[in-house]
Amino acid sequence: MMQINCPWCGLRNATEFKQHGEKPPRPDVANATREQWADYLYFRNNTWGVVKEQWFHSSGCRQFFMLHRDTFANKAIRSEGDVR
Amino acid sequence: MVNNINPGKKRSRYSAFQLFSKGLTQEDWPEIWSEPDMKDSYEVVIIGGGLHGLATAYYLAKNHGITDIAVIDKNYIGAGGSGRNTSILRSNYLTPEGVKFYDRSLKLYEQLSSELNFNLMFSQMGHMSLAHDDGGMRTMQWRAQVNQVQGVDSKVISPDEIKELVPYIDISKNTRYPVLGALYHPPGGTIRHDAVVWGYARAAHEMGVHIIQHTEVTGIDVENGRVTRVRTDKGNIATGTAVNCTAGWASLISDMAGVKMPVTTSPLQAAVTEPVKPFLGTVVVSGTLHVYVSQTDRGELVFGASVDPFTSYSMRGTLEFVEGLATNVLSLMPSLSKMRLLRQWAGLCDMTPDYSPIMGETEVEGFYVDVGWGTYGFKAGPVAGEAMAETIATGKRPEIIQGFGLDRFSSGQLVGEKGAAAVGH
Repeated sequence: MMQINCPWCGLRNATEFKQHGEKPPRPDVANATREQWADYLYFRNNTWGVVKEQWFHSSGCRQFFMLHRDTFANKAIRSEGDVR
Repeated sequence: MVNNINPGKKRSRYSAFQLFSKGLTQEDWPEIWSEPDMKDSYEVVIIGGGLHGLATAYYLAKNHGITDIAVIDKNYIGAGGSGRNTSILRSNYLTPEGVKFYDRSLKLYEQLSSELNFNLMFSQMGHMSLAHDDGGMRTMQWRAQVNQVQGVDSKVISPDEIKELVPYIDISKNTRYPVLGALYHPPGGTIRHDAVVWGYARAAHEMGVHIIQHTEVTGIDVENGRVTRVRTDKGNIATGTAVNCTAGWASLISDMAGVKMPVTTSPLQAAVTEPVKPFLGTVVVSGTLHVYVSQTDRGELVFGASVDPFTSYSMRGTLEFVEGLATNVLSLMPSLSKMRLLRQWAGLCDMTPDYSPIMGETEVEGFYVDVGWGTYGFKAGPVAGEAMAETIATGKRPEIIQGFGLDRFSSGQLVGEKGAAAVGH
């Protein structure tokens, strides 16, 4: 099983976590066009290889964090506590 | 190599007489398609030699007379989702767009064996989606109503009726997820998925389509907003039309043409048991338990599940999947506890935000997509091929796929099909 290093709890099984995925920047609410909203809500890079995405330690400390993960090798590389 | 045939050449039909005479003479059967040399240019290049790619090529040739087509696959044909799905066919969807679309597909499947002169072993054994709570019952009633209005044979049945159809199911009240009812869809069933791929390949090949296997597309050239060339690891092809039918790899191919996709790729795992005597006469599905079961003609039980909990391009099976699957199957049919799994596998699903496909033209002229098929692409193969062929030949999306365009995401007209397309919700 893939193991993920939670910045607060340490190495845990992937089943404890929920993927929240790529985190595109939120468009400017006052001026964003339809296309920008569609891009933010639906369109994803779906990268083959290393991605940086948001994960949630749902069955643990319930904190969000950023994870660098290889989507082909199915391997967690490193985690960052800073979600911004 | 026996009786090697070239694309476009007629060959003899399969028949009872042929079977008999080959049995007498012990002659080898001729190859059903050949591997021609790739040309420098084609009118249409279809990327992805799975069911959708081959069906598109077949209907382009058959309905629109376009035969200068290359179907390119980086592996052998049917190596991806077409050979990894659990081969279940049904049309009991939730939205009117979905029901109409999949019903047309089922109608095409019913005729397909004789049309392709290839035994696809389509068995309309019936399809049953169980409901385990009030929410589930409500969705099943909703689907039954939508289905009936569209003329699809589909109704809600009680636990006693379920028990009559599937005697081995546990309908007692004291399980964690008691069976409250089911949506029963008699025309649903299973088919031999490899045969569908081969049947389309053979028929398309006969009309002159080039099937080019083990060739990887490495780039798509776009000049002035138009497709001009498809690059592969075996040379370049000049073409004005490229079609992306690559399912789980759809984002990667679309990226080559500079088209961004609302698609994420997730593996879906399935497993098969050792063969036993026939005891399961319908396809049994439970959304709550994330599982679907059917028995093949050989007697094996085929289990499928929902997509893995996170996106990935990895096709490696996991132990968590088998553990979860066994737990869920046994809570439905406790008598299967002594069954042994033979093998498990994974396929890649191109999931869209609304669980409906993305079909038709893109902002790049000549670049068409037939992607976003997620966990339900196999059952749509024939109608998707037919509709994509019409889109490519006439330049206009036909009525039946009007709602499935890439433009729906910015106009906000999503076709929410999650309630009927997925088991994991």
